[in-house]
Amino acid sequence: MRLITHNMLSCNIKGVTNGYPLGIEASRLETKESELNPEFLRKIFPKLEWKALRDAAHSLGLNDLPEHVEPSMLEDADFLKNFHHALLEVHLEEGALICPETGRRFPVTKGVPNMLLNEDEV
Amino acid sequence: MWYLCYFLHRLLDYRLPEVEALAKLYGFSEGEKPGQGLQWKQAPAHHPDSPFYYVFLPNEEVAHKIASRSLLLKGMYEVWGEGNSKEELIEAVSSYPEERKAPYLAKDHTFKIVVDRFGKVLSSSEQKACIESIDYVPFQGQVQLKNPQYKFWLIEIDGQVVNNGLPPLEGKHMYFAREIGAGDRSLVSKYELSRRKYLGPTAMDAEIALLMATQALVQPGQLVYDPFVGTGSILIAAAHFGALTMGADIDIRVVRDGRGPDCNVWSNFKQYNLAPPLGLFRADNNMPPWRNNVSEIFDAIICDPPYGVRAGGRKSGGRKMLNGKRDAYIIPEEMRKDHIPSTAPYTLEECVHDLFDMAARLLVMGGRLVYFFPAARDECSETHFPKHPCFTLVSKSEQILSTRWSRCLLTMEKTQRYSTEEADCARDRHLEFKENHLQILQASKEKGNLHSVVFSPSGGAAGPDLQEQYGANGQTNQESRPKYRGKYV
Repeated sequence: MRLITHNMLSCNIKGVTNGYPLGIEASRLETKESELNPEFLRKIFPKLEWKALRDAAHSLGLNDLPEHVEPSMLEDADFLKNFHHALLEVHLEEGALICPETGRRFPVTKGVPNMLLNEDEV
Repeated sequence: MWYLCYFLHRLLDYRLPEVEALAKLYGFSEGEKPGQGLQWKQAPAHHPDSPFYYVFLPNEEVAHKIASRSLLLKGMYEVWGEGNSKEELIEAVSSYPEERKAPYLAKDHTFKIVVDRFGKVLSSSEQKACIESIDYVPFQGQVQLKNPQYKFWLIEIDGQVVNNGLPPLEGKHMYFAREIGAGDRSLVSKYELSRRKYLGPTAMDAEIALLMATQALVQPGQLVYDPFVGTGSILIAAAHFGALTMGADIDIRVVRDGRGPDCNVWSNFKQYNLAPPLGLFRADNNMPPWRNNVSEIFDAIICDPPYGVRAGGRKSGGRKMLNGKRDAYIIPEEMRKDHIPSTAPYTLEECVHDLFDMAARLLVMGGRLVYFFPAARDECSETHFPKHPCFTLVSKSEQILSTRWSRCLLTMEKTQRYSTEEADCARDRHLEFKENHLQILQASKEKGNLHSVVFSPSGGAAGPDLQEQYGANGQTNQESRPKYRGKYV
């Protein structure tokens, strides 16, 4: 699971109001290089929750994302490289996503988060 | 300018929408004023399933691009003349403007003539005779059979023959035309399912998946989502056209495990050297785990919703609980880790409602939702298709499954932003579905579910509604649609 997926998902258990962002429990991370596509990054940037991305990256030991961002930074090659790396190249292979409100663990196995709810959560 | 489209005789209902979608992809669709955009024209004697259509396009370049990416076009042509007899054809070709013909007939060019008779294979001696009979065009260039600069086609329709089961086109007709572009079906064999490593029972046929991606106007760099991803067969087609993809499925074994480390959704993308999906996750379309404020992130949503013929839809929430057979579950803490949540049947109606709500929220403006919808054959019309205030129907393509059932590929375009009003309305509907689960399920069973209708002998398991509709003996009204379509489509 890349951080782009993490950025879009939340805990949707019935009654939960603050299910975002999900905490990350990482047992195995993998870095897979991929081609940098500035156009895509510029397009996806306004759709992301920056703080959630930065905090998630931080919790995985990636400290290169600035706290405050503005669209002009998308012209900067170094920024794009760090942004691309955090968003698309780091994969959570094994671990879990944790609901900030209830502490519910959504397991991540073989890179696939299991967001399905139990009967008492829907 | 008007160009002749000569279609292949397959997927009849998909052919015009494919050309329309490609025209839009190459920047030509609605003109400023009515009458300037893409238009279709047919010879009066031709029925709607005829392989010959004239299409109005701005220029040869667009026509060439469309033809080269088309799967269902044999070719696109500039017609120099047509007629019901050889004399009429000669007359028409000789009166075609000299300045349009001369550049292609000049001395220093290479050319080739193709003879084609619709629905018939010509022997080489017949072909030779036909070619030699073209003495009414003053060719001066060199004949070259391999990679000539220009290809000329003599296309004939023999009115007497029942072509491939099509009702005969009235009378004999002939075209002499210059090829602008030819369709390319190499992709269909490249992505053929029989060569794909990881397959499921509902993997989408490669040709249809590619056509779906075309309908969705997939372009490089776009983000495409399939909420019922399965083995990824639809996203593979999208990825082929350069899209980045995301998929979800309620069945974790399919998305996570596949049949092992080298035979799963990821390996399917790897097999064709395509960019792997940006993300795959397990989620329920009925309760998608998107963050509240996520909106307009996908350029297209393409899917084949589970409507219960080969695989029934499931949604989360205990089956017994929704049926009212037991009270709310409390799963003990020590059991939570390995608990497998039970799922309940997911009716088509609810599934489509959820799909629309999600697509209305997550698609960019102008983004397309392309999906299959099952319909009784005589109900395959606009009035029976689901509607949503945010979407406009662009095209529908019927594909016949049995004498009674079809599936329609529907292409919808997002033409209105998702508002809080729609969100509130969707939330109410969601609760309604949940509270009335049992009644809705019962009602859909009484109607006769798709699985039983598709696979039962006619009249057998059809519900009361269907019995009535199709007469007491369960026979379909065969008059309503010509039979040949079911046989060859």
